[in-house]
Amino acid sequence: MEIIYNILETILPFEFMDYAFMKNAFLAILLISPIFAILGTMVVNNKMAFFSDALGHSALTGIAIGVLLGFFNINISMILFAIVFALLLNYVKNKTTYGADTIISVFSSVAIAIGLAILAQSGDFNKYSSYLVGDILSITTSEILYLLFAFIGVILFWHFMFNKLNIISINKSIAKSRGINIKLIDNIFVVLIAVIVMISIRWVGILLINSLLILPAAASRNISKNMRSYHLFSILFSMFSGIIGLILSYYYNIPTGPMIVIILGIIYFITFGLKKIVKE
Amino acid sequence: MKENKACGLHCTKISNISVKYGKEQVLKNVNIHIHCGELTVIIGKNGAGKSTLLKAILGEVEHTGTITFMDIKSKLTKKIKIGYVPQSINVEKNMPTTVYDMFASCISKVPVYLKKDNKAYNEIKAHLKIFGVDHLINKGIGDLSGGELQRVLLAIATKPAPNLLILDEPVSGIDKNGIKDFYKIVNKLKTQYDMSIILVSHDLELVKKYADKVILLDKEVIKEGTPNEVFRKFRV
Repeated sequence: MEIIYNILETILPFEFMDYAFMKNAFLAILLISPIFAILGTMVVNNKMAFFSDALGHSALTGIAIGVLLGFFNINISMILFAIVFALLLNYVKNKTTYGADTIISVFSSVAIAIGLAILAQSGDFNKYSSYLVGDILSITTSEILYLLFAFIGVILFWHFMFNKLNIISINKSIAKSRGINIKLIDNIFVVLIAVIVMISIRWVGILLINSLLILPAAASRNISKNMRSYHLFSILFSMFSGIIGLILSYYYNIPTGPMIVIILGIIYFITFGLKKIVKE
Repeated sequence: MKENKACGLHCTKISNISVKYGKEQVLKNVNIHIHCGELTVIIGKNGAGKSTLLKAILGEVEHTGTITFMDIKSKLTKKIKIGYVPQSINVEKNMPTTVYDMFASCISKVPVYLKKDNKAYNEIKAHLKIFGVDHLINKGIGDLSGGELQRVLLAIATKPAPNLLILDEPVSGIDKNGIKDFYKIVNKLKTQYDMSIILVSHDLELVKKYADKVILLDKEVIKEGTPNEVFRKFRV
């Protein structure tokens, strides 16, 4: 870790890099922003924005269950619950014939309600309210390690499964006719989203987590003509706003999560304006 | 037109397919027997179970009964390769997926988000050319006309060449001429390749002209035979 810190100080000889928590935050952003950008492309293509939003909300229940059962590490109960929640939601969504958004909404509200109820009951809700807005400066070295594993996991999955995921997204029957195991790939995809969202929620916050997943890809979709530029721009937007957001938040004393999302929002509206010019 | 390459020695047997959604019997004991080089057209009113039958063949809905693919000469059954052309796909105007992206996702191991697979690109282009749509390779799939999209989907479904080609004829977005062209291409495929074709259709006039066999479906097979036989009995 020392070596990485030293490298960071050499490359970026700025005042904000003097602090260990800023170095950790910086590393975290370098790892997590490309992952969000990559996963986001398919979340947007599959119109799953509401789905991932509900997944973020389920974090509250995960925390509550962890507190209730006396988990030593709340992260673990959050991740476990989110995986179960994501698989269940996926299952129910595929089973019902009426609107998926209704089902997702039911799941989402119930998850928040249960979480709030349990945390309020245990009397220390304030202790966990930081999860709502997040705090990037609290990130620890071991959490960066989690992010690294998640990073590798997503890259591997994307490398070997992306083509299949793409066909499933365009038409499930075509995928089926080509012998693709739709359920398996779909489930791995939502589990990955669940895990990434949960390990990032501590520093982004439940309220804003979904925007990191949706906005880079949505902005990129405005100006991209093929899958390669779609991914490239999404990653660029995500990393750019992550790094700039962190630096600005340091100098202007604004929480990092909101700062990143504001920058992403600006990028989105600029690309929205460029859409007509680029695509014609 | 080239000579008939279909050998007529392969057959696909769809036996006793039944599908239930809850308590409702959607399909009952459907038996269809298709030889390669034959165009079998399924007709029937809305809700007759046409799409469900296709989904059962694809293995997308739970069903009883079997689908086997057999070489008549050696009497050996093989694993069937199916090509499928859906009625419509999940596309939007301006979406960042080109024809290449979609096609390569089906046949290439190189992830399409990372880089172009040049070998696959050339293969795709050559194959699209057979269907007269090679100029569309870098166009977004959301920006194609109904007829263009249908040809691209047909190209994708026939690479690699399947044993059974299943076509769900588009109901909207294609004009009369487009549908005629579609039938012409299907007819060409039938004679040039060694494959069986099942088509769900809504255009009875063209069915009469091109089909080798017609199946009238209403939860079960009501009538099957040559177009003339089926149409004579039921003035549809």
